[in-house]
Amino acid sequence: MDGKKHKVRQMPFVVILVFLFAVTLGIMFKEPGRVLEQACQVCLSCIGIG
Amino acid sequence: MAGLAAIRKWVQTIFAILVNGSWSFPFTRMIYQGPLKVICSPGLNCYSCPASTTYCPMGALQHLLGGARMAVVSGQYYLGLYVIGTMGVIGGFVGRMVCGWACPFGLVQELLHKIPSPKFGVPRWMRYIKFAVLLFMVCLLPLLVVDQMGIGSPWFCKYLCPAGTLEAGLPLLLMQPSLRQTVGWLFFNKLIFLVIFLVWSVMASRPFCRTTCPLGAFYALFNKVKVVKLGFDLERCTNCQACHKVCPMGVRFNESPEDTECISCLACSRACKFGAINLEVAGLPFGTSIHPVREPVYGVVPRHDEHK
Repeated sequence: MDGKKHKVRQMPFVVILVFLFAVTLGIMFKEPGRVLEQACQVCLSCIGIG
Repeated sequence: MAGLAAIRKWVQTIFAILVNGSWSFPFTRMIYQGPLKVICSPGLNCYSCPASTTYCPMGALQHLLGGARMAVVSGQYYLGLYVIGTMGVIGGFVGRMVCGWACPFGLVQELLHKIPSPKFGVPRWMRYIKFAVLLFMVCLLPLLVVDQMGIGSPWFCKYLCPAGTLEAGLPLLLMQPSLRQTVGWLFFNKLIFLVIFLVWSVMASRPFCRTTCPLGAFYALFNKVKVVKLGFDLERCTNCQACHKVCPMGVRFNESPEDTECISCLACSRACKFGAINLEVAGLPFGTSIHPVREPVYGVVPRHDEHK
């Protein structure tokens, strides 16, 4: 486009893979269920009365 | 491309509606409790908002860290990996672009800033406060300061978060009269913070994002290593400083192209008449320059070194 050579940056994909691994570990530890449980309750602290 | 700002507003509005898509709350008078709440809201959006259909990563992380000791003792490893991992994946792709395009509280601040009033900047040193908020109020204090049961509090949600007060506190108090009897100094403390940030937003651009937001601080850590970012072509820059004047975050893009405050709103790219600022995906130019590239007029616009 502008006549320059561009190189694909690979570091972002490494970072994303690391965090995807963390997501996988979280799922293995059944964390999404806990998150859902928390998110379905009214958080009294969040609204400032807890 | 004069419509870019309008497109961004539309995208912000669509995201705000998507993460707050449960509109039955005036009838149920309760928050949404369906399975979508296992999905992360990319921006700051309280999951106790009656309309919220997703979970807030900051709220979820504090609760998981606060309950980590109890969980580990009982053999459950709820350490926040799912939440941190999700935030990291989002951060790795777009970083603080979320703040500019997908955060409902960012949209609120931008709309308030359109109210005619004297406008002020935000002192540069205040940008570091949000990193302290992330480290202490979101991570360390919930993890380390625990009650007799070994459970920590969500410090940021409890004492500071203005999004929680605006999106959850006020609507729930309106809908559930029984909750009003429990209102105390904690609520008024948070209400004061909310009023401060709302009034400040009228007079300064995105003050909460720039000074206090821990989610913005987390995404800021990815500004050098995210997939989608703004690229800067030094050869095309004439130091006309047009990018300085339009940035809602006070970034001087041509001086610090990887500034942690950049929210990739593309205002600078639109303002640059020389095509020096363009969107990149993994280091490759994405699309074409928003402005047709003109030859820099060196005789008229001084470069950096010619100022001195």
